[in-house]
Amino acid sequence: MSAFPSSLSMVLRQTQYQLKYFTRVPVALFFTIILPLVMLVLFNALFGDNTIETDEGDWSVRQFYTGGLAAYTAVSATFSNLANMVPIRRDEGVLKRWRSTPLPTWIYIAGFICSAIVIAFVGAMVMLTVGVVFYDLSIEWAKMPAAAVTFLVGVGAFAALGMALASIIKTASSASAAANATILPLAFISDVFVATDGDSALTTIANIFPLKPFVNAFQDCFNPFVAAPAFDWGALGFVAAWGLLGLGIAMKKFTWEPSGAGPRSRRAARAAATAQG
Amino acid sequence: MPAIDVRDLHKHYGDNRAVDGVSFHVGEGEVYALLGHNGAGKSTAVEILEGHRTMTSGSVSVLGFDPAKAQREFRDRIGVVLQTSGVENEFTVREVIDLYASAYRRRRTLDEVVELAGLEEKVDERVGSLSGGQRRRVDLALGIIGRPDLLFLDEPTTGFDPAARRKSWDLIEALGDDGVTVLLTTHYLDEAEHLADRVGVLASGKMIAEGTPAQLIEGISGTVVSFMLPDSIETADAISTFGPVLGGDVRLSGRLVEATVDRATEVVHRATGWAIENGVELESLRVARASLEDVFLQLTEQSEETS
Repeated sequence: MSAFPSSLSMVLRQTQYQLKYFTRVPVALFFTIILPLVMLVLFNALFGDNTIETDEGDWSVRQFYTGGLAAYTAVSATFSNLANMVPIRRDEGVLKRWRSTPLPTWIYIAGFICSAIVIAFVGAMVMLTVGVVFYDLSIEWAKMPAAAVTFLVGVGAFAALGMALASIIKTASSASAAANATILPLAFISDVFVATDGDSALTTIANIFPLKPFVNAFQDCFNPFVAAPAFDWGALGFVAAWGLLGLGIAMKKFTWEPSGAGPRSRRAARAAATAQG
Repeated sequence: MPAIDVRDLHKHYGDNRAVDGVSFHVGEGEVYALLGHNGAGKSTAVEILEGHRTMTSGSVSVLGFDPAKAQREFRDRIGVVLQTSGVENEFTVREVIDLYASAYRRRRTLDEVVELAGLEEKVDERVGSLSGGQRRRVDLALGIIGRPDLLFLDEPTTGFDPAARRKSWDLIEALGDDGVTVLLTTHYLDEAEHLADRVGVLASGKMIAEGTPAQLIEGISGTVVSFMLPDSIETADAISTFGPVLGGDVRLSGRLVEATVDRATEVVHRATGWAIENGVELESLRVARASLEDVFLQLTEQSEETS
């Protein structure tokens, strides 16, 4: 009998399939790629001539927004996207069907995560290109290795956190709500939509979570006052630690079956027993 | 070695014994039907055999594998049509078949699967635009895509119109003729009677009878004598009137009087004698061999009485 296809080719195939799927779900495409772009255009139209005071000098808001929103796009393509889509597929029974096939389950998950990273990359590149062309974003090549590493650590960590949320929350509708309820308020205090004051209580709260460290580390790679190579190892380590926590939760709690399938809980079992008797 | 060997299988959820000591085996190439009401434990048992659920206790061997541990090699040789499982709605039938086929080693070609499942005209339509029956055919197509040695069908035709059921039956029969072992769950008796080599009847998690459809029919009941209740008799008096005439258990469903009896000739003689004496006509008088349905009703009634 012929051998199974190689793991690499299957991961590629699964990634391709998830990407194709993504492009056919207009709402996901809109929230992940289009909405951050709309925000970039709007914020620049509203506040584009302002500057942010830093110790070294005045930093143009245009450059601030482009880096921050590119990072936010990466988070929405990984964290929000996975926390939304995985529970939908689970509710539909698609996950359970794949589990019946000989496809190793890690390859299915890998396809999901790789596709999210590709979407994050495309989204961030579109954002940076728009920034360079329209909003005087300057690219300093000496800082690009730091930008690439920061990006990879960030998407890896937020993909893991997205899977963790998808594992803890059992139904698609509540997972979508939970993803937005966590990421949107955090974005407001994490230098995505507005620049925050360094000493406020909100900043202290924001620094507990991984979004602000990631956004700031990525913004630094486009900040003219931060010297190359612009690696912020402390922030990267902190984001990576959150990612590992997410990975641990996802591996422990992930379920393939819709929550309504089978009398899983004791209460449901008792109700069923009473109904039968 | 049988394709499926199940011994003293238990699955308990707290105090609820969904599967309560079931044993059976399915030979290679056999079509075996698990029959039972909703909640009888059919799907739970089948999902344990598919590896989707763990068992509480017992021993299970499927194609020589322990389904709880067996992964890729095992799943490559089985086909699973689950009772509820979605397909990627945004993809076309062609795309999902291609995609799922890529997981298996012994794939059927797209044309072959599409023809077997009767999806020729839908191949470039998105799954989301198909009707319920057509989607169920997509389920079947994906179940047989890897040329399985063993096919699990969990209520494969529930919700089908009669023509679609016939077509699915033809497909399942063709697979059976091809040497594929099939484990089928159904609550349609005609389906079990039509397709299965052997039938196991489940009630409240227990196997209450097993055999070929013919054996079950012969073994348990005799002949069913039935007729419409004459207008001159009130429904309330039906049982008291015909009990002594027919002997044995008389049932009334609507205005149909039914009795399952061992010596039909005698009973018919008494019934017609009574009718002539009383000057009434027994409309729709019928003497028929008991169907699997009668067996099933009898068996499940008995098991409810004893439990």
